Amino acid sequence: MPTPPLIAFAHVGKSFDDGRVRAVDNVSLEVAAGEFLAIVGGSGSGKTTLLRLANRLIEADTGHITVEGYDVRAVDPVALRRRIGYVFQSGGLFPHFSVAGNIGITPKLQGLPAEEISAAVDELLELVRLDRALYRERFPHELSGGQRQRVGVARALAARPKIVLMDEPFGALDPLTRDALGDDYRALHDKLGLTTVMITHDMTEAILLADRVAVMGSGRLLAQGTPAELSRSGDSYVGELLRTPRRQAERLNVLLPRDGAA
Amino acid sequence: MNLFTDPRWSEALSHLTDYLGNHVRVSVAALALGLLVSLPLAVFARNHPLMRGALLGLASIVQTVPGLALLALFYPLLLALAAVALVWFGFGFSAFGFLPAVLALALYSMLPVLRNTITGLNGVDAAILEAAQGVGMTPRQSLFMVELPLALPVIMAGIRTSAVWVIGTATLSTPIGQTSLGNYIFAGLQTQNWVFVLFGCLAAAVLALAVDQLLALIETGIRNRSRLRAGLGGIGIAALVAATLVPSLARPPSGYVVGAKTFAEQYVLSALMTQRLQASGLTAATREGLGSNVIFGALTSNDIDVYVDYSGTLWANQLHRTDIKPRQELLAELKTTLAQQNVTLSGELGFENAYALVMPRKRAEELGIHSIPDLASHTATMSIAADYEFFSRPEWAGLRQAYGLSFHAQRQMQPDFMYAAVASGEVDVIAGYTSDGLIAKYDLVVLDDPKHAIPPYDAIVLISPKRAGDQTLRAALQPLLGKIDIATMREANLRAAGGDGASSPDAVARWLWEKISKR
Repeated sequence: MPTPPLIAFAHVGKSFDDGRVRAVDNVSLEVAAGEFLAIVGGSGSGKTTLLRLANRLIEADTGHITVEGYDVRAVDPVALRRRIGYVFQSGGLFPHFSVAGNIGITPKLQGLPAEEISAAVDELLELVRLDRALYRERFPHELSGGQRQRVGVARALAARPKIVLMDEPFGALDPLTRDALGDDYRALHDKLGLTTVMITHDMTEAILLADRVAVMGSGRLLAQGTPAELSRSGDSYVGELLRTPRRQAERLNVLLPRDGAA
Repeated sequence: MNLFTDPRWSEALSHLTDYLGNHVRVSVAALALGLLVSLPLAVFARNHPLMRGALLGLASIVQTVPGLALLALFYPLLLALAAVALVWFGFGFSAFGFLPAVLALALYSMLPVLRNTITGLNGVDAAILEAAQGVGMTPRQSLFMVELPLALPVIMAGIRTSAVWVIGTATLSTPIGQTSLGNYIFAGLQTQNWVFVLFGCLAAAVLALAVDQLLALIETGIRNRSRLRAGLGGIGIAALVAATLVPSLARPPSGYVVGAKTFAEQYVLSALMTQRLQASGLTAATREGLGSNVIFGALTSNDIDVYVDYSGTLWANQLHRTDIKPRQELLAELKTTLAQQNVTLSGELGFENAYALVMPRKRAEELGIHSIPDLASHTATMSIAADYEFFSRPEWAGLRQAYGLSFHAQRQMQPDFMYAAVASGEVDVIAGYTSDGLIAKYDLVVLDDPKHAIPPYDAIVLISPKRAGDQTLRAALQPLLGKIDIATMREANLRAAGGDGASSPDAVARWLWEKISKR
């Protein structure tokens, strides 16, 4: 018997502006424990709305969402959010809190003792590979974009969640930082045994980082599966999305000599 | 005399602890009350567009009411409330001075705080709010840990604006019985003591600037997360409040309070009575610049103990009488009616300060005018000026009816400027005061009132219910009764308008005592 999914969406719908905009339309999707799922789609595809439904930043109109076996509507949303790590688009760090203050916020809300939080912050800084001595007391405006996002990841992990939701976490970063951060996070995912759902508009990133990819368009789930399964999908939009990275890879292979500098 | 060696500077300085202390206390109390009400209201209203609109609209309307009017309105309002409280709950409170001033100023302080708090809170980045929710904050935690701290610079800017407004407007609380730096300004304007006016304005400005800078220190401290700065600012404000509290706590409560209305003669007479009380070994202080609508109520509620009023004023304003009786009959009836309110009419000072129609002597002789009936035929081409209240008083209606006066134009003026205006021909006739020293100075003539349309205005000493049986007080003031004739009072008033060191109410009162004590 297979293990029950850690997150399950069943026929979930959500519309805005009194039903004029159907952001999420009858989506059913399951995420298994320990899995890294990427949801890919263009802007307005409903991918961010779907992610926010999972920790009740938004409430669903129709369908059921279960997290760790419980219907999210039956649990206290504040407690639910403290149990789930969330990485925001451009960090979403509190500008008036130091790095340590930002990372330690959820444990602090949970009422953990200060020494325990402080130790956890040090451990998390190490985990996201930021020098404790250098960055601990800095404020967000004193950090680079990549460093801010590392702090965002550390903050999401602070309450030792099993689930991490990421909303285009690396979208605004330069390619090198983005690649390094993506790899670092994937390593953390494996090391800590996390279940991750990541939103991205970049199919290459999704294929390189995730175990499974779900494709959304106009609020509907168009396809889901491993990259290999996706490539067998009949959907033309999915096909288009997959062709781009493949074509880029082929052209890069031609243009970049294999025995070059890197 | 050099401007800086003028003795009025040192006299002004001697009042500073009292006036400044009261000013700071009333301002800080009003600001604290205003904040206590506005901040929660703004927090609550920020997500309710309808309530937000209503609140800001209301606060804006309050702001358009002139400060003086707002303060004056609170006096009768509280007077009525106090009466209701006495009937319903069996206790009353003083509607005089501190309370109405604090309430009116608190209301006045609300707009900038409300507007800036709402703007500041609504200006917090939506992504930050979502992050607050996402990390598991309750709405309350989000408000206190994220929204308020981020909106703080904008909120503090509102508080600073409001503090400066309140400190400036608090100078207008003098007429409703709250001692403030306005005492300098009101007294100075009435007695032509420009040193006092300047001193009061400067002191209020320095205080406003100091408080503003301390608040700015707190603001930058919070913005730059510098506990030192924020702490220094906080300590500065606390020290200011403490410094103004200490001397007033150390001072023994002053025994007798002598009231004065807002014109020079009243300042002189209250100074004279205070000096007499002190000469009899009593502690006494003056409460100056009280509005004429406020002062009688202050006496009946024992907020002041003694003051000088005028028989005709009380007859019309307190007894609401429009008929006119001969002098002695009016006084007798006034005495019995006041006694019913437990107010003692202890006696007349000896002069009358009545309204009278006044014009330049030369012009009157040219036109052959000696009395008001002579004037009546000329009024169609003439203009008349009077103080702010005369044209709405029953005397004016009585005069017009009795003599058929119909002036071409009527103007309202600051009393000090009326005499110069009529002397220079700016207006033809003024409704002056018979005891005013300027009548002699400008060679003006008082027109006869053969029909006695203007009631008698004997200066009388009134004593509060609390002091009704106080023989020491009576004895101390007895030497003044019947001793001040009109010529002496006119000269005293002229001296008080002198504009030099000898023109302070205290100095004139000493001169006056010198003159009448020999009689």
